[in-house]
Amino acid sequence: MSFGCKCGGELNSKLDALLDRYRGQPSALIQVLHQAQELYGYLPRKVLQRVAGALNVPLSQVYGVVSFYSFFTIHPKGKHQISVCKGTACYVRGAGQLLDRIKEELGLKPGETTEDGQFSLEVVRCLGACGLGPVITVDEDVHARVQPERMSDILAAYRQ
Amino acid sequence: MSLVTLTIDGRQVQVPPGTTILAAARQAGVKIPTLCYLEELNVIGACRLCLVQVEGARALVAACVTQVGEGMVVHTNSPAVRQARRLNLELLMSNHPQECLTCVRNTSCELQQLAAELGVGEIRLQGEMSPYEVDDSSPSIIRDPRKCVLCRRCVAVCEKVQGVSAIAVQERGFDTVVAPAFLAPLGEVNCVNCGQCSLVCPTAAIHERDETDKVWAALADPEKHVVVQTAPAVRVSIGEMFGLEPGSIVTGKLVAALRRLGFDKVFDTDFTADLTIMEEGSELIHRLQNGGRLPLITSCSPGWIKFIEHFYPNLLPNLSTCKSPQQMFGTLAKTYYAQKEGIDPVRIFVVSIMPCTAKKYEAGRPEMTSSGYRDVDVVLTTRELGRMLKQAGIDFESLPEEDYDAPLGISTGAGVIFGATGGVMEAALRTAYELVTGATLLSLDFEEVRGLEGVKEASVNLAGTELKVAVAHGLGNARKVLDAVVNKEREYHFIEIMCCPGGCIGGGGQPVPVDNEIRAKRIAAIYQVDRQMPLRKSHENPAVQALYREFLGEPLSHKSHELLHTHYTPRERF
Ligand code: SF4
Ligand code: SF4
Ligand code: SF4
Ligand code: FES
Ligand code: FES
Repeated sequence: MSFGCKCGGELNSKLDALLDRYRGQPSALIQVLHQAQELYGYLPRKVLQRVAGALNVPLSQVYGVVSFYSFFTIHPKGKHQISVCKGTACYVRGAGQLLDRIKEELGLKPGETTEDGQFSLEVVRCLGACGLGPVITVDEDVHARVQPERMSDILAAYRQ
Repeated sequence: MSLVTLTIDGRQVQVPPGTTILAAARQAGVKIPTLCYLEELNVIGACRLCLVQVEGARALVAACVTQVGEGMVVHTNSPAVRQARRLNLELLMSNHPQECLTCVRNTSCELQQLAAELGVGEIRLQGEMSPYEVDDSSPSIIRDPRKCVLCRRCVAVCEKVQGVSAIAVQERGFDTVVAPAFLAPLGEVNCVNCGQCSLVCPTAAIHERDETDKVWAALADPEKHVVVQTAPAVRVSIGEMFGLEPGSIVTGKLVAALRRLGFDKVFDTDFTADLTIMEEGSELIHRLQNGGRLPLITSCSPGWIKFIEHFYPNLLPNLSTCKSPQQMFGTLAKTYYAQKEGIDPVRIFVVSIMPCTAKKYEAGRPEMTSSGYRDVDVVLTTRELGRMLKQAGIDFESLPEEDYDAPLGISTGAGVIFGATGGVMEAALRTAYELVTGATLLSLDFEEVRGLEGVKEASVNLAGTELKVAVAHGLGNARKVLDAVVNKEREYHFIEIMCCPGGCIGGGGQPVPVDNEIRAKRIAAIYQVDRQMPLRKSHENPAVQALYREFLGEPLSHKSHELLHTHYTPRERF
């Protein structure tokens, strides 16, 4: 991702250029979505509408692709990224309950971002720390053997 | 072409290469159960209820997607086959609500039927239910994802037949659901309410909005004067709800049945179909003679109207400004008829019996109130009326034949053919020809515009000018015609477009199942009704003539414009 001005104008003209390149080519959908997500960090609704129009793919199908692949997101990333491991080891040690607790605390589902823009949540497969499960990461920090009750304290430490 | 020989259940069968096992078995009279398969439209091998055993193959194969091979030996009824099919069905049923007794598809549901045929004795598997709720945002169509078996038949029809793609498969794994983009409510997207999805859905996961309660209530209300209109297509299809052959003509029984239900007057949309011809025919002649915008495109099909508003808003000026026959009827019932009979229009309750789910949407459009009231109060589909008659204990087959009430029940053959693709065009040509040339038509049958061909073209000599016309049915075909016009590949003066394949006889509110054979039978019945009518040209309808004399003045008069014409709204493509 490039640095510098991220104002709407520049992003939009980059999107225009991208769409011009693939206009009328339905088969380029996944590629275009990738590049659009690189531009914006996520896939805003307006962008998906424009992609659909330019590539001549129905919006319902565009959304079908976006919602099928977990690497696409329609939500802007939060300030803090929470990843919950649902690999086998973590799962048997209670990752499910932990995830439920986080969803409840933050009022969101995996793939979403809290309304205040603080946290995004995602579910991942094995983080390579199976002995320490259930494991979550918040940004770069690894939290091991997380009991659901500890979640509010953990989140509070990041919230500001 | 040399044929392939194979053996199915011990019998030799010869079929062309490339045939599927399913088709070969059907040819041999062997029934293989299917669920996701929809001929030519949805051949995806997803449900695996059509499994068969092929000798030498490692696993059972899906008959709908597997081609025959020379010398193939197929078993469709071995213990392994029966067990595998049943297990797959049980898996589908494991997260399905057990609500058959109260379900709109009770007795017309393919899943239910399969459970009976495959002998699922008990529900051994209980899975988690779908996390999605019923979507009742649309005025026409209810989505109930809990009952969805993810066969994708609706998705295929919406995309390939209608070219709309309002719905698609969203999310994945357990969360997979058929829905609009962003899982938005169907009532808020570009769905045109055609209901073709509800015709092919094997279950009640997509069905018409049921509004029979409102009609029962109106019928029971002594204050209300309840009148009913029946669309042309209903008289050749509702018999199917009672086990009659497709294409059975039951006009007289339909009228009798509606009287038995308690309607105060039984009228006919064919009357306002004739009226539409007077207005639209005059509009055509006016545009031809005054350099108006051409081609003129018909406007009686509300799914088509919503489609053009979303996808071709630039062509809206080409649409005829005529309201549909249903809406003209509603307006006149609460103005002309109310005056004539001295009934306060507040008391008049107009019910339509339509082959169409989009008519529900049309009746609720904000501009459809030119009588000063909501012009049409409730629209019932053919299926809903069938259910009402059953609830009322009416023995349809044994009913006598009765006649429509005057004056809004008087019609000609030109009105009834509105029910089939090409019918509006033909009716308009019959009248336009005689009005323009002053001569009598020798043959009334315009064969070129009839039949199930997706796009039909014809050219008619109107007093020296060649009138070029086109007819399309199914919105995918409509797209072809419109694109040809936009790209200037074709020039027409007049285009008829019907939203549903086959025209209204194939409407989204008609009895299930529907296929081309059934469509053809209903169409043949429509033309038979036309042939048997004493009058077959709209301008000869005495009740329409009286309406102009007593009330409207003449076609395209100020009053006609006020009451019978409308305007359109450009909408977003997505
Ligand atoms: S959709 Fe079919 S199987 Fe499901 S509840 Fe309704 S009738 Fe029963
Ligand atoms: S009603 Fe017609 S447009 Fe709407 S989802 Fe069904 S098939 Fe598609
Ligand atoms: S809604 Fe009906 S037709 Fe569509 S996928 Fe579900 S079961 Fe099949
Ligand atoms: S399963 Fe969670 S870290 Fe390996
Ligand atoms: S009918 Fe063959 S897999 Fe569904």
